[in-house]
Amino acid sequence: MRIELQHISKSFRHNGHAVDVLQDINLAVEPGEFVCLLGPTGCGKSTILNLVAGLDAPDAGTVLVDGTPVTGPGPRRVVVFQDAALFPWLTVLGNVEFGLRMANVPKQERRVAAMAYIKLVHLSKFAHAYPHQLSGGMRQRVAIARGLVMQPDILLMDEPFGALDAQTRAVLQEELLEIWRKTGCSVLFVTHSVREAIGLADRVYVLSARPARIRDVERIDVPRPRHADHPALAQAQQKILQSLAEEIEKVLRDELGESVRYPEGTQRVAADRSLGMHI
Amino acid sequence: MQRVVWYRVAFFASLLLGWQALYLLRVWPDFLFPSPQSVAAMLVHSLRDGTLVRALGVSLTRLVIGYGMSLAIGLPLGLLTGSIRWLHQTIGALLLGLQTLPSICWLPLALLWFGLNERAIIFVVVMGAVLSISLSAEDGVQHTPRQQIRAAKNMGASGWRLYLQVMLPAALPGIVTGMKLGWSFAWRALMAGELLYGHVGLGHLLMMGRELNDMSQVIAVMAVIVALGLLVDRMAFAPLERRVRERWGTGTL
Ligand SMILES: Nc1ncnc2c1ncn2[C@@H]1O[C@H](COP(=O)(O)OP(=O)(O)OP(=O)(O)O)[C@@H](O)[C@H]1O
Ligand SMILES: [Mg+2]
Repeated sequence: MRIELQHISKSFRHNGHAVDVLQDINLAVEPGEFVCLLGPTGCGKSTILNLVAGLDAPDAGTVLVDGTPVTGPGPRRVVVFQDAALFPWLTVLGNVEFGLRMANVPKQERRVAAMAYIKLVHLSKFAHAYPHQLSGGMRQRVAIARGLVMQPDILLMDEPFGALDAQTRAVLQEELLEIWRKTGCSVLFVTHSVREAIGLADRVYVLSARPARIRDVERIDVPRPRHADHPALAQAQQKILQSLAEEIEKVLRDELGESVRYPEGTQRVAADRSLGMHI
Repeated sequence: MQRVVWYRVAFFASLLLGWQALYLLRVWPDFLFPSPQSVAAMLVHSLRDGTLVRALGVSLTRLVIGYGMSLAIGLPLGLLTGSIRWLHQTIGALLLGLQTLPSICWLPLALLWFGLNERAIIFVVVMGAVLSISLSAEDGVQHTPRQQIRAAKNMGASGWRLYLQVMLPAALPGIVTGMKLGWSFAWRALMAGELLYGHVGLGHLLMMGRELNDMSQVIAVMAVIVALGLLVDRMAFAPLERRVRERWGTGTL
């Protein structure tokens, strides 16, 4: 499935004012491609995912799926939400089965399929547990299984590992790449972390501060598994950090006033940290 | 846990002892301040001769009918006003306004409509419970986490299925809270109704105590009312609410 955003603009009403969030966004995800979206907090990354998912409509421009405009949600474009968004009243199995149930897949069949994906994310032992009994990382894996079981053509992931510790994050990144390789679906992956982006993606889009425009596109032609000390990665990281830092400074100025000053010559943004509000 | 239980037992035991001591001091005459024993004897007596059991039976029947009707009306009403905007703005606003009216204020109207009979009392009970049940259900539906609805739509849920399989279960914590609130409001409305216009029932028994100048009976009936309220709350609603909140992750505890 090929996704293409053409001249997308979007604004939200906030206290009666229109706030421009996206401005003339052009972006594409090729079939089977792994694309990351990087950008300062609040710039509109989740909004882009929602538009592709068809959960929101653009003010101007079109979202094309294999050349056809998107008019609503479709089960072939699945979102893994920032906070997992599991249904607390359903077990892990019930959550993973949900989409298949909506698609009227017979009970026996959907159970088998759901169990297979639960196994894929190493949660077989917890198939009958409820979300509140799971850790954050486990919930995130349920959310991924719940998306994968739909056998989507594209997985739209909104900072899926943002709230996890570094180690769990690394493990899940590996698992995700493995799954991606096996299923051959495309991935559009939102993250705050430059290191995560260059570790995962074929291409990285860097968005500007709100209203978001595409500021940079970086292609990363390094075979996986990747090592952080690969010269091409270091170079890409440097470039992305540079453009991001400028954008984040804009956000900070905007929010904290003109008084924010950075000492000359220091690295302003750490690659492995979350960017945005928390630097 | 154990300690809490001990504290409680000790506290209530000393309360009883204090009562007894105060009684022995004879500050007030017997008919104003009876001893714990005479209240207990009164309880036993009215249990034996059947008056208490009969009153209990009548009150509980009224309560169950009134509460059942409140659920049957209040839940669908709240779900509707919670999900349909213009109903929320019209009926929802009306319900919110009516909730400020203490339910016993419906008694005169009920007596005129239904006459001096069971239906009037049950009407007051319904008016006491139905509003909080429906307002809580409305609130529950309106506070369904947005992300959950988006996730459901994303996985192909829409229309009735979205409503029944996502909105409704997501609203359950609010609904359960409303059911619990409704029960206690129904109980209060019933007691008020029976006190003012009672034909048998616990409230009536309470009033009889006053008319006979029998303080022991008054206190005995009050104790029964408290015990019953506590029992239902502790045995049925509190555990249910706790479990739902825990599972749904909306609990504060
Ligand atoms: N439904 C909405 N109504 C009004 N404003 C909204 C709505 N959704 C998003 N916004 C605004 O649009 C902007 C972009 O939001 P979005 O969630 O897409 O940002 P983001 O890039 O995902 O941020 P973060 O990295 O913090 O998750 C924000 O300023 C937000 O306040
Ligand atoms: Mg976001």
